[in-house]
Amino acid sequence: MYKIVEKERLNPTVTKMVVEAPAIAKKAKAGQFIILRSHEMGERIPLTVADYDRKKGLVTIIYQLVGRSTMLLDNLEVGDAILDFVGPLGVPSHVEGMKRVCVVGGGVGCAIAYPTAKALYDNGTEVTVITGFRNKDLEILRDEFEAVSHHMYTMSDDGTVGEKGLVTNKLQELLDAGEIFDEVIAIGPLVMMKFVCQLTKQYDVKTTVSMNPIMIDGTGMCGCCRLSVNNEMKFACVDGPDFDGHQVDFDEAIARSRQYADFEAKACEKDCHLFHKEVR
Amino acid sequence: MPNMSPNKVPMPHQEPNVRNKNVAEVATGYTLEMAQEEADRCLQCKHKPCVNGCPVGVQIPEFIALIKEGDIEGAYDKIKETNALPAVCGRVCPQEDQCEKLCVRAIKHEAVGIGRLERFVADYHMANGENKIPTIEKNGHKVAVVGAGPAGLTCAGDLAKKGYEVTVYEALHKAGGVLEYGIPEFRLPKAIVSKEVQALKDLGVHMETNMVIGKVFDIDELFEDGNEAVFIGSGAGLPNFMKIPGENLNGVFSANEFLTRFNLMKAYDVEADTPIFKGKKVAVVGGGNVAMDAARCAKRLGAEVYIVYRRGTEELPARKEEVEHAMEEGIIFKTLNNPVQVLGDDKGNVRAIECVQMELGEPDESGRRRPVIKEGSNFTLDIDCMIMSIGTSPNPLIHRTTEGLDTNKWGCLIADPKTGATTREGVFAGGDAVTGAATVILAMGAGKEAAQAMDEYIQNK
Ligand SMILES: Cc1cc2nc3c(=O)[nH]c(=O)nc-3n(C[C@H](O)[C@H](O)[C@H](O)COP(=O)(O)OP(=O)(O)OC[C@H]3O[C@@H](n4cnc5c(N)ncnc54)[C@H](O)[C@@H]3O)c2cc1C
Ligand SMILES: Cc1cc2nc3c(=O)[nH]c(=O)nc-3n(C[C@H](O)[C@H](O)[C@H](O)COP(=O)(O)OP(=O)(O)OC[C@H]3O[C@@H](n4cnc5c(N)ncnc54)[C@H](O)[C@@H]3O)c2cc1C
Ligand code: SF4
Ligand code: SF4
Ligand code: FES
Ligand SMILES: [Mg+2]
Repeated sequence: MYKIVEKERLNPTVTKMVVEAPAIAKKAKAGQFIILRSHEMGERIPLTVADYDRKKGLVTIIYQLVGRSTMLLDNLEVGDAILDFVGPLGVPSHVEGMKRVCVVGGGVGCAIAYPTAKALYDNGTEVTVITGFRNKDLEILRDEFEAVSHHMYTMSDDGTVGEKGLVTNKLQELLDAGEIFDEVIAIGPLVMMKFVCQLTKQYDVKTTVSMNPIMIDGTGMCGCCRLSVNNEMKFACVDGPDFDGHQVDFDEAIARSRQYADFEAKACEKDCHLFHKEVR
Repeated sequence: MPNMSPNKVPMPHQEPNVRNKNVAEVATGYTLEMAQEEADRCLQCKHKPCVNGCPVGVQIPEFIALIKEGDIEGAYDKIKETNALPAVCGRVCPQEDQCEKLCVRAIKHEAVGIGRLERFVADYHMANGENKIPTIEKNGHKVAVVGAGPAGLTCAGDLAKKGYEVTVYEALHKAGGVLEYGIPEFRLPKAIVSKEVQALKDLGVHMETNMVIGKVFDIDELFEDGNEAVFIGSGAGLPNFMKIPGENLNGVFSANEFLTRFNLMKAYDVEADTPIFKGKKVAVVGGGNVAMDAARCAKRLGAEVYIVYRRGTEELPARKEEVEHAMEEGIIFKTLNNPVQVLGDDKGNVRAIECVQMELGEPDESGRRRPVIKEGSNFTLDIDCMIMSIGTSPNPLIHRTTEGLDTNKWGCLIADPKTGATTREGVFAGGDAVTGAATVILAMGAGKEAAQAMDEYIQNK
């Protein structure tokens, strides 16, 4: 069992948890993830290692409440334990030998982008961060990103925080102004990553994306997480999750991410009813 | 005078049209009377041909004689001398190709139901017997086992009995390997697997789940941690796809994914949070045990199910009994057909597969007649779900992270067939990781031999 030692609500739908998992804390690198199961009939869900403390043996996860499993996870409090917690899985992000990088994070994707930005910054890379949120209430990790970036821009759909507009607007503005990046790293909703890649392709800037397909085992056993990259089949859990964004078939990935949408909606409803009962 | 009936005492079964809607066990097992009647069919041959067919050398006439005498616990102990998992083997061993194939009664009639008797004894023991936990003197040596499938579990048990401190590292959240995630409940109840795992824990084996070796620790670190030898029983879990257009459409699954959702994650249960796709018309591609299992799981979720297999019914590699059960349950066999592409709708869901008809030509290296395409025989089959059961290969995670561990061109670990010794000193391997997808009993046999070799290796160091 993996004890929860800290829990903090970052915004109404995003929570940060710090979990005791010494073996994972010892090994984890930016870009890797864990898979957890919160209770006996629970599903296995992947979450990025948002941070770690090797000395104290702690791993941080940041998750958005989107459906049944993240809600059930959110029912756990400090002192409770997570039933299963396995990792670090996936290939670490490539963070060495780059002079200037632009990290683009969208929504909860910022939680996945943060450790990469931090690792780049620690390696002496000049880091530009662009974060994007629907509105001010949903903004997360501002202070954290400021501490690991040289330039930071925030965008919001309604202009309530940072500038009004999309992350791609800001990125295009920077590229048009002649900014040179060795690489753009884009992490967020599939649609956002798709549009970032379309843009950077025009400017011929190498772009890495972190893919988040549906997973079960995370060890290359089920093939559920498969993607087409340069027309080849790749398993995101062992070959990724980072891939060359200009080679990823996003439309296929978007369709595959909705595979279980009907089931998920019902499962969530079941859970919401439970919540209502408890409230009454 | 033995019972000279030409046929085995029939195995009681759930009715096909009842069982294809539930996940309870298909074959419900012999009663004591049935078992003794079947035991009476054994001729107690002095030269014991049947034993030569069993990869772990179960003392077959001896345990059957004890059943006749009514000493079921004695029979259990007899089987356990050489077979660590009788309740499992009695159910899933391909007996018709092993022990029962060489039974003298099989020359003219049906073989003695050795597997059924083995299962009976094990079940009887689980229901009525007591688990004697032996007192083992520790020998002060520490070993590690990677993978909690039949190979790893058998190796761990044998080493624990010799006094080793054994830790098993398993990637998934539950021990059992394919017994847990692949073979369905209706063929091998998971309660049996759990009991076998518990029995190992009772022997003092440490069972560490959620440990992906190659990620959280690598093999070198297991040695640094004080282990003097390591056994790798990581199986052959990497699913193959056909490399045909449309395989990434929604509704196309590897058998591993579909079965893992069904078995390990219990997705058939309304209480389970893991989703599973309930197809209306499902095509399962392949003809082995895995294909039969996937087809029968899909049937239980309410689908009309086709087995699409490129050779003929005679060539189906699955156990005969499983093919018969599948047919009884209403699975439709479309043999001599092979998919060439998967067709989707505008939402990215499967709507059909395009197949070609096949005919059988000359035998190939495997001795089976090679399927050849009938030109111009293309046709489409409307489906909304496709399950690929065309084989698996060993997962490369461990050898990629371990120096000096060689594999052959199929990705199988190279190991001495007698001892399991790999190309790396102190590292042994066995089961599907070495042979590619094979059988439970062969994996157990490999685990057993490796345990012996590891003991010798450590004692002679
Ligand atoms: C490598 C990786 C890293 C991730 N890191 C983070 C993270 O740091 N923070 C975060 O909030 N989210 C992260 N995710 C996404 C997270 O796993 C899903 O949001 C979560 O599984 C949703 O579960 P649910 O039952 O609450 O929601 P549901 O309502 O069941 O699903 C909502 C959506 O989440 C996705 N999803 C559902 N089940 C799975 C699954 N088993 N595996 C992957 N995706 C699934 C689907 O696209 C689905 O439509 C990551 C995903 C991957 C693959
Ligand atoms: C659906 C299906 C039906 C079958 N039916 C039959 C049958 O009827 N009769 C029969 O005899 N055989 C059958 N088989 C074959 C049989 O199950 C296998 O041959 C047998 O399980 C192999 O045993 P193993 O111990 O080598 O590997 P596995 O059972 O595959 O176990 C390997 C274990 O290692 C774990 N692992 C893998 N990598 C790592 C890692 N890096 N770190 C830690 N752990 C790891 C895996 O999670 C798994 O638990 C069937 C197989 C399948 C898939
Ligand atoms: S272990 Fe398998 S092969 Fe050996 S006797 Fe039992 S059923 Fe037959
Ligand atoms: S060969 Fe058949 S009849 Fe002879 S001892 Fe073995 S099981 Fe009995
Ligand atoms: S999650 Fe199963 S293969 Fe990637
Ligand atoms: Mg879910």
